[in-house]
Amino acid sequence: MNLGKVFGEVSPLLFQGLWITLEVTVLSLLMAFILGLCSCFMALSKRAVLRGLSKVYVGIIRGTPLLVQVIYIQYAIPQLLQYAGFDVRFTPFFAGFVTLTLNAGAYLSEIFRGAINAVNPGQMEAARSLGLSHAQAMKIVVLPQALRICLPSLVNQFIITLKDSSLISVIGLADIMYQAKIYVGRSMESFATYTWVALFYFVIIAILSHISKTVEKKVMI
Amino acid sequence: MTAQIIVNNLHKYFGKLEVLKGISLEIQRGQVVCVIGPSGSGKSTFLRCINRLEEPTHGDITVDDILITDPKVDLNKVRRNIGMVFQQFNLFPHLTAKQNIMLAPLELKLKPKREIEQKALELLERVGLSEKADVRPRQLSGGQQQRVAIARALAMEPDIMLFDEPTSALDPEMVGEVLAVMKELASIGMTMVVVTHEMGFARDVADRVLFMDGGIIMEEAPPAEMFSNPKNPRTIEFLNKVL
Repeated sequence: MNLGKVFGEVSPLLFQGLWITLEVTVLSLLMAFILGLCSCFMALSKRAVLRGLSKVYVGIIRGTPLLVQVIYIQYAIPQLLQYAGFDVRFTPFFAGFVTLTLNAGAYLSEIFRGAINAVNPGQMEAARSLGLSHAQAMKIVVLPQALRICLPSLVNQFIITLKDSSLISVIGLADIMYQAKIYVGRSMESFATYTWVALFYFVIIAILSHISKTVEKKVMI
Repeated sequence: MTAQIIVNNLHKYFGKLEVLKGISLEIQRGQVVCVIGPSGSGKSTFLRCINRLEEPTHGDITVDDILITDPKVDLNKVRRNIGMVFQQFNLFPHLTAKQNIMLAPLELKLKPKREIEQKALELLERVGLSEKADVRPRQLSGGQQQRVAIARALAMEPDIMLFDEPTSALDPEMVGEVLAVMKELASIGMTMVVVTHEMGFARDVADRVLFMDGGIIMEEAPPAEMFSNPKNPRTIEFLNKVL
């Protein structure tokens, strides 16, 4: 039980890893937000092809574990590309970024879809009756309300993605978890190290939750 | 002079259910037409077909000489000229009263922003809510919300106003303030089609009253005649129940 001593040694490594964790999470979430919106609009589209595409995408992501997805993208896809004659290799950061983006995008797509459906249809009707097009009504009437509705689920997904990013360490991305594993391998201090790792995540998420609560209060109607 | 709204043999199905079974009607410019009838008689569906919030199954509707049931018609342009007021107000809850009124003219860039804002303030004054300009709908009473909704529709400067049971969701003491605004509109010559259960309003303000039941217009008459001397047995039965 050398919590103090271990902290002294491991914290620079964990902070290094934390930076990577935040970087991959934030980048993925930004892209996932856009991807999720696109997939959600496809799901709500009149065209069966677009609806189908969105359904397949969400279905595949929801139907497979994240750990499988990340390994698949890091190792299986490059091999497939090799068969096709392309010699491509992904860095762990890139593969992790793509995986988290695809993963969070699918869940966000469902979150957005639910929120848009939760906006009273009378809102769309009122906007259309004023002569706005469907797209205009969506942009200035429905979406602003839907985003408020889904804010708690959105934050929840951000937190899940942040935590899920720890799985990316299996393909060698030097995030918090990866740094911790390396340190434990050297020092055998499992208990102290992983306690600090858990605390790191806990504190970041507590800060995130606090910020989101404040934002929520500000934008609620 | 041709009528402003011409409805010809309008039918509407929801799935297999025929809700409108052949409605034909002409409404002159400046007329106030009240539509009464029991729930499920198709009154609201009929009203919502006039700006194609409901898609007519067949039949023609012409508004201001434009065949609006034509699939190629620019619906968004047509709708700018037809204001609509809903039973549930449908104000935009994330915007203030003034922003609600300004939203569509701003988005459609009808005028410079300053003029649109000026107009919004005038409209708020007209419906007696100047002091509520910067208040969100949630903080307004039902009657106030409905008056803002009327102002919002008027901001597009429509020639025609459709009212879909505008007072049905209101507490009784707030009905009067909304009807007063509607009366003022009628008095300045707005063409109005009003689906309502307010027989007093129909009697005082309407030029014609339509009684609908089972998806058809059962009887049509000036209000004095409709309320004192109805002819159709269904009309008599209905009026006996509500008056």
